[in-house]
Amino acid sequence: MARLLDVIREELDLTGTKEGCGEGECGACSVFLDGKLVNSCLVPAAQAQGAELRTIEGVADGEQLHGVQAAFLECGGAQCGICTPGMVMAAVDLLRRCPQPDEAQIRDGLAGNLCRCTGYVKIVDSVASAAKRAVAVAEQALQAGAGANP
Amino acid sequence: MKGQAPGCRVHTPASLAGALELLAAEKGVWRPLAGGTDLMVPFAAGKLPFMDFLNLWGLEELRGLEISEDAITLGALSTYSEIRNHSLLQREFPNLVQSAWVTGAIAIQNRGTLGGNLANGSPAADTPPSLLTYGAEVQLQSIAGSRWVPYENFHTGYKQTVMLPEELITRIRIRRPKGNNFHFFRKVGTRKAQAIAKVCVAAYARVEEGRVVEFRLGLGSVAPVPVRARTVELMVEGCVVDTLLIAAARTALMEDIRPIDDIRSTAKYRRTVAANVLGQLLEEMVEHFDRMA
Repeated sequence: MARLLDVIREELDLTGTKEGCGEGECGACSVFLDGKLVNSCLVPAAQAQGAELRTIEGVADGEQLHGVQAAFLECGGAQCGICTPGMVMAAVDLLRRCPQPDEAQIRDGLAGNLCRCTGYVKIVDSVASAAKRAVAVAEQALQAGAGANP
Repeated sequence: MKGQAPGCRVHTPASLAGALELLAAEKGVWRPLAGGTDLMVPFAAGKLPFMDFLNLWGLEELRGLEISEDAITLGALSTYSEIRNHSLLQREFPNLVQSAWVTGAIAIQNRGTLGGNLANGSPAADTPPSLLTYGAEVQLQSIAGSRWVPYENFHTGYKQTVMLPEELITRIRIRRPKGNNFHFFRKVGTRKAQAIAKVCVAAYARVEEGRVVEFRLGLGSVAPVPVRARTVELMVEGCVVDTLLIAAARTALMEDIRPIDDIRSTAKYRRTVAANVLGQLLEEMVEHFDRMA
């Protein structure tokens, strides 16, 4: 019974998804399965049959980074980088469910993701910044739309 | 590959009937696999004594939630996230919703199931104390038929249950609380998220004309199985709310629990904390009903 994590890394060669603990504690292996955040180390590959899988490799739009990725870069949200793909996935998931989280909500959304370098401050800052950035982008789009259709 | 055990088989049945037929035909061979959040850990570590898995994840018959006037019936494959996000459960069964919130973190909650939590049989699981407060019943089904078992009789010993090898948990039913009631849930662990409970306490009380007519107290991590604290329940039931003897209830709790020293905590700590949480819950309960009066 292969784990989804092993299929992703070793058969699909998508090595952005990391293995940390292998026990569902650290979140380094987080991916979206049918749009839901899961620990791929705990999902039997057989259960992914026919499901839509999205890994960290599918978060950016070509060369265009996702707002969360850009915010991690800008705010220094990554140090050694092992937890970062999982953190980004959990942050994307959080902002989808809760677009304007306060600090407690950010910490709650990332509670299943462990980082052993940063102490989490820069990671929380990154997610807060990504949320602000999303609002700015939405406002710009709204204004552009209003300009196009007076 | 860590998970790739040679000789391991996974069978994915097309229907519940197909799953039950296989369980009956090859008794004791197939291990039911739901969300995998418990089983995959020892499996990947090579510590599971069985190698043949019956993959239930795709069985629609085991999903969904039915609402009747008196009860809510949850499919065994209901995930913690589904429980957490359900507005009726949030309103009427706050203990269950809170226990779903504190089981692992989001990624676990999206995958772990209520039926799996019960079948796994851990005394440290978070949903059992809540289910005990809501008088839950578990439906077990085999090819020969189905039976409802009161959840408080479901666990027979450490990681042991009344389930027969050919049975599956199909549904879990909880009675809708009526009247003037109070709900309490508290998990004590090393940290707020992910940690497994050192002590878990849930309570439900109903009051009529100032008197406690129903009181259920469920605890986790304090005995080989999740337990109801019967001595405390009997002491509290029938009391006028304002005359509750909290100190006596704390002492009585020691009759109901049998905590041990283990990797997560000590028996002494568990006894002290369980009594403290009980004291706090009874104080909150009195305040709650005084406000309502």
